Amino acid sequence: MRETAAERWSRRIVLTLLAGFVLVPLYVMVSSALKPLQDVQAAFTWWPRRPTVQAFVDMWSTVPLGRYLLNSLLVASVAALFSVTVAVFAAYAVSRYRFRGRQIFSVTVLSTQMFPGILFLLPLFLIYVNLGNATGIALYATRTGLIITYLTFSLPFSIWMLVGYFDSIPRGLDEAAQVDGAGPLRTLFQVVLPAAVPGVVAVTVYAFMTAWGEVLFASVLTNESSRTLAVGLQGYSTQFNVYWNQVMAASLVVSVPVVAGFLALQRYFVAGLTAGAVK
Amino acid sequence: MAVTTSPPVGTPTETGPPARRRSRRPRRSLLPYLLLAPAIVLELAIHVVPMLVGTWMSLLELTQFHIRDWSGAPFVGLDNYRVVLDVDSAAGAELLRSFRVTVVYTVLSVGLSWVLGTTAAVLLQRPFRGRAVLRALFLTPYALPVYTAVITWTFLFQRDTGLVNHVLVDQLGLVDEPPFWLIGDNSFVALLIVSIWRTWPFAFLCIMAGLQNIPDELYEAAAMDGAGFWRRLRSVTLPMLRPVNLVLLLVLFLWTFNDFNTPYVLFGGSAPAEADLISLHIYRSSFQTWDFGTGSAMSVVLLLFLLLVTAGYLLLTNRRRNDA
Repeated sequence: MRETAAERWSRRIVLTLLAGFVLVPLYVMVSSALKPLQDVQAAFTWWPRRPTVQAFVDMWSTVPLGRYLLNSLLVASVAALFSVTVAVFAAYAVSRYRFRGRQIFSVTVLSTQMFPGILFLLPLFLIYVNLGNATGIALYATRTGLIITYLTFSLPFSIWMLVGYFDSIPRGLDEAAQVDGAGPLRTLFQVVLPAAVPGVVAVTVYAFMTAWGEVLFASVLTNESSRTLAVGLQGYSTQFNVYWNQVMAASLVVSVPVVAGFLALQRYFVAGLTAGAVK
Repeated sequence: MAVTTSPPVGTPTETGPPARRRSRRPRRSLLPYLLLAPAIVLELAIHVVPMLVGTWMSLLELTQFHIRDWSGAPFVGLDNYRVVLDVDSAAGAELLRSFRVTVVYTVLSVGLSWVLGTTAAVLLQRPFRGRAVLRALFLTPYALPVYTAVITWTFLFQRDTGLVNHVLVDQLGLVDEPPFWLIGDNSFVALLIVSIWRTWPFAFLCIMAGLQNIPDELYEAAAMDGAGFWRRLRSVTLPMLRPVNLVLLLVLFLWTFNDFNTPYVLFGGSAPAEADLISLHIYRSSFQTWDFGTGSAMSVVLLLFLLLVTAGYLLLTNRRRNDA
């Protein structure tokens, strides 16, 4: 199947336009982070005329970026690890066993995807606040509360993707292990899980990204000490000034690790999607 | 599937019904539930219970006077719903307006994202130099945390210091007076562009995954029959992508319809009326006036609408699948 010249050229043109669309904001993020404050507050220029890394220094003191970073890191990784652990067991049950309520469980879990976040936000806010007042269990404005919340956000999609992944692992492997006398849990840990490593990795990345980027609940369920990056970055806009160069510098710093991690693992992510979503 | 016919635990496949009955029956029936228990407890705690509480809240007069001790809030039945659904009242009219904005926003954003995602995935199907780089580049907006992406766009859309007006006014000379992008009519366009920028990479990712499942032989056979690019796209690629697209479009629809982050970060919480998406609208009307009762009523109405649309979509696509 040979490609015609017309096909080749239209492909090049379309892909160039798409690449431009994606690249321009990314370029502006980098170039503006390298400008002094005066220059980002003046008319836009494509090229930083007086490049400086001052914004990368100042950004730590304009807002407590270090604390936000730590909060986000803690909340997102704990939520992701827990979420994946819970999802692994649930997905194993759904994939390997036929039991009463299996359909109902799958449908219920998936349908939580469609619920507007705002629907949970108002009740959760009230529940957390009232629980704190009544029993002293501090969930409102704490990292624990946020972790519990995020834990369940990625759970439905994680279970869904993992079920697809586990389904694609031949059952012959399980049966062989069982003949050797392995119980269900040993089968899970020694046979199914190792074969599903790429899928588990993809799901972990997904869960981490979900928590790392969440804005709505972070803006209501946190205070100054538990604030995450999602809300904290707004601190660079004051009533009088927006420190655009520092905003961009901080955005870069919090984005680069996530983007790098995702791109490094994207192959597994695609494979996970193929197995889970594309059935 | 295989498991329904063979005993899942411990027994060799050859054992007949009597042996199966003997073999650790209680454990076998309990185990899946034990495995599911953590997931069920968490889902109950964060999704099911709040939903029930939210529905209950929508029946209360839960204004600022009762929010501290909400068990004392007076029960008002369906009054909140009456306020919210009465299009002649101010609250009802605003909700209807924001609902319309959200519908148009969702249709345009999902539609265009799907077109861009499909285009990119199809064009990247064939190996060529630089393909891996482009693929990584196209996925970057999806990997970027939403707030950093949207903040950057906020900067691009600044009237006096942003790139968009610099290009439009200074470089291309298309307009004389730099327009405002984050207030007024243009704010909807700005919101849409940002949303598409963030959404299409996910469509690209899913469709790329789906394309990997199409065997090369189908294309070779089509080419043998003399099918050109468009013919192959219409007769091989799109039909084979149908299962992916069914799921993808539904997920994109739900995510975009419930989108809160994009307008919240882009406009700093108070979106102009032209771009006031429904999630943001409910958020603002709840937390600005501390009227959680009507806020919850709006959320429940929104949920019912989404349930209806989803059920309709699933019924429709399932029927067609069964016909095929």
